[in-house]
Amino acid sequence: MKDMTAMTMTQKILASHAGTKSVNAGDLILCNTDMVLGNDITSPFAIHEFSKIKGSGVFNKNKISLVMDHFVPNKDIKAAQQSKACREFACNEGISNFFDCGAMGVEHALLPEKGLVTAGDLVIGADSHTCTYGALGAFSTGVGSTDMAVAMSTGKVWFKVPSAIKFILKGQPGRWISGKDIILNIIGKIGVSGALYKSMEFTGQGLKNLTMSDRLCMANMAVEAGAKNGIFDADDSTLEFLKEAGAKKPAIFSADKDAVYEKVYEIDMGEIKPTVAFPHLPENAKTFDEFGEIKIDQVVIGSCTNGRLQDLIQAAEIMKGRHVAKWLRVIVIPATQKIYIQAMEMGLLKIFIEAGCAVSTPTCGPCLGGHMGILADGEKAVATTNRNFVGRMGHPGSEVYLAGPAVAAASSITGRITSPYELCK
Amino acid sequence: MAIKGKVFKYGNNVDTDVIIPARYLNTTDKKELASHCMEDIDKSFISRVKKGDIIVAGDNFGCGSSREHAPIAIKECGISLVIAKDFARIFYRNAINIGLPIIESKEAAMEIKDGDDVECDLEKGIITNHTGNKEYKITPFPAFIQKIIKAGGLVEAVNSGMINRNDGESDK
Repeated sequence: MKDMTAMTMTQKILASHAGTKSVNAGDLILCNTDMVLGNDITSPFAIHEFSKIKGSGVFNKNKISLVMDHFVPNKDIKAAQQSKACREFACNEGISNFFDCGAMGVEHALLPEKGLVTAGDLVIGADSHTCTYGALGAFSTGVGSTDMAVAMSTGKVWFKVPSAIKFILKGQPGRWISGKDIILNIIGKIGVSGALYKSMEFTGQGLKNLTMSDRLCMANMAVEAGAKNGIFDADDSTLEFLKEAGAKKPAIFSADKDAVYEKVYEIDMGEIKPTVAFPHLPENAKTFDEFGEIKIDQVVIGSCTNGRLQDLIQAAEIMKGRHVAKWLRVIVIPATQKIYIQAMEMGLLKIFIEAGCAVSTPTCGPCLGGHMGILADGEKAVATTNRNFVGRMGHPGSEVYLAGPAVAAASSITGRITSPYELCK
Repeated sequence: MAIKGKVFKYGNNVDTDVIIPARYLNTTDKKELASHCMEDIDKSFISRVKKGDIIVAGDNFGCGSSREHAPIAIKECGISLVIAKDFARIFYRNAINIGLPIIESKEAAMEIKDGDDVECDLEKGIITNHTGNKEYKITPFPAFIQKIIKAGGLVEAVNSGMINRNDGESDK
């Protein structure tokens, strides 16, 4: 028998895409990609670099996704020019997965929903939150525009094989606790560079108590701890989700029993309380016993982190029959057209609008201070998004507090950062 | 470009939102991006920076968004080198892919001060702080990455035959 190196989940997927039996942390490898993703901000640079590469055409028309979601519906003339460049490229190259205004959703909500990623895939995207698909048991990670250009041409991408940190999840999250509270708690523990260059692998008995929405939210924020990727063990919920989305046949990779992890954390999800990350880093996680009254000017419920149906249902449960606080703006953005329709049919949009919220077509807009909810100097916002850096949602003098949909909804009613348990038991 | 100039020193977790705020990402014009470089962390940076100057920072430089606009803006405004304790991984690969020299050195990142006159010889692997009268040895990049750097970036490396085209047959 050959002596094989014990591997993590991530290392196994990387090895399979590098055409080798095993890899070790630190190896530099060249991998085949199953999907290359870009958006209206990062693709224009990639298209420019692509034009400089010798050889003709893209490596595979079905393995590239272009999603116009950041400054779309186009916010200004320059943004319109960028979308136009993407549209022309997609048309000329015959890209099958081109999602424009009206069809698009926030990219990391859209690709899983459309079945464009399956377990065992290797996905790269010119967007840092591409790590979201780890929730499906895929290796997925963010890269830049040049990597995207080279991958569109060659189908390949270089990686340094990461070491890993293991998170063993136990227990049952409480009534108003979602994946967001859990991941903010974890980032608070390990810090914004706590998993730098590494994989975050999520496993354990508690997995069955996490919905796919919770997992997508948690994997989404792996990059906020500096991780290369976040990945979950695939289970029955994963397989059911992939089947419903019409994804191609999954390949399930499990970590070897003796795989090496640099650190192992046990997380009892039953002990996690509603959590808020204070400005200006996602690691500034606090629970409600750690701060006093903080008045806010705006709430944003949406994004690739928390714009899914489950998030809207949770927010609507709290907002139903109540009204948004005076002097507060609340913006609700379903992450995809499908979620928009579902929320409409379930009566959620009516609850939001009657409560005094603005409800928008899908866009990343406010999360990155692009459009659709920019903050003025000195303003504070609670957002279900993933970053609270200086100037992230607008003026460099504004502040973003990150939270899950339950905290965001409760805060919408009171006008200050509020625990859902204050309004609902 | 010669790597020699004055140091602009910053702290930990300098994120891509402060290097180039998203409100300026509606363009691919490198000069325009450069004109807003570091705007939300250091308003006077762009009026003070000169060709050859060097950025020195702490942990996790370039964290956050994958926007290649960040290393592009830094390179285009004349910065010849970024030294940090460590880099966020996407920024790290983006810098290499576009040919912006970066160096991880805990010692240099801690000791070099704002305004110091610093020079770097990448071939010899030495950073010299003329103000502080100190030299730092650089750990060389792995051979694979050196090839990308030598070619002048990833696209150039691909064009020189370093990465072969996938036949796209991996649909199985």
